[in-house]
Amino acid sequence: MGPLIPLGIIGSEWDLVIAILIGFAFGFILESSGFSSSRKLAGVFYGYDFVVLKVFFTAAIVAMLGLLYFSYLGWIDINLVFVNPTFIASSIVGGIIMGVGFISGGYCPGTSFCGAAIGKIDAMIFTAGMFIGILVFSEAFPLFESLYNSGNLGSLKITETLGISAPLFVFVVILVAIPLFYIVTRIEKKVKKVNY
Amino acid sequence: MKSNQKERSKKYFNPYFGGVLLGLLLLLTFYITGRGLGASGAVKSTVVAAVHTVTPDFAEQSHYLSKFISDDNHPMNNWLVFETLGILAGAFLSGALSGRLKLKVEHSPKITSKRRLIFAAMGGLLFGIGSQLGRGCTSGAALSGMASLATSGFIAMITIFGTAFVFAYLFRKNWI
Repeated sequence: MGPLIPLGIIGSEWDLVIAILIGFAFGFILESSGFSSSRKLAGVFYGYDFVVLKVFFTAAIVAMLGLLYFSYLGWIDINLVFVNPTFIASSIVGGIIMGVGFISGGYCPGTSFCGAAIGKIDAMIFTAGMFIGILVFSEAFPLFESLYNSGNLGSLKITETLGISAPLFVFVVILVAIPLFYIVTRIEKKVKKVNY
Repeated sequence: MKSNQKERSKKYFNPYFGGVLLGLLLLLTFYITGRGLGASGAVKSTVVAAVHTVTPDFAEQSHYLSKFISDDNHPMNNWLVFETLGILAGAFLSGALSGRLKLKVEHSPKITSKRRLIFAAMGGLLFGIGSQLGRGCTSGAALSGMASLATSGFIAMITIFGTAFVFAYLFRKNWI
């Protein structure tokens, strides 16, 4: 029965060793999928390379479906799985700021680490910018505080928001994903190739 | 030999193969730790630790930073910091195996390195601020959030990618 660490099946002294191993696999998969290149990542916004959409959507579906089955088979106590709380206003404004950051910088935090690791100077600068951004945020926190704490809906799940069951929701996501993959591959073929 | 190397350096995973691997890793992470993957949290912990070391009083008085300081648990002794060290090592190994290790500024031929670096710094800065408001970035809030069916995960995914898409036209010279 999982999750293993919260239930004490693996001692917490293993926590950091596991963190390094999982991070290692995460970095390896991202880099091998092409996420260390900002121009490859930005392709999703111009239609010349949809690798981000394909990898992220596939990964989300595999993990969603996996958690559903693990829970169904009694392998994991889904109530112990962390659900990031929804602070509606803060989430939306944060997402918009990150979106502008994405199209401007070409990376997100995890992918910038990958780019930096293989020698991309732009990725290193992006990472440095992130440190400054977080410092600015904490300095200016009184300004952000009411937004940061407003609209707290707790650990809300999409199934509660939409009022449908988890299996049905995941099924719908898969139904949407398949034609989406087909369409973006068609678009990719039509859009002029960009060399990078 | 040279062309062989060039061919090798282009070889990325098939995106669906990469996606399945990433999904299985995310599932394993949930199974072991009860939480998903993350990235921006490690930077936050580093900022907290750095400010706490340089100016402890300031960090303790800061309404934001003080949330993440506790006596028995040093902020650097944090799951995501170690995970990020792993990310750097894993990405480095993958790049080394595929012949992609190279110190360079990657940018469109239409713009200068300087312009690329200015926009990269700006992007990082915005991601730093946005990821605090969003309580996580593309990894922690969006991907892991969607996998755990958190409503915040779907909001993060839609707002991050939607906004980038809306502004793509303005930034097109930088990329295409």
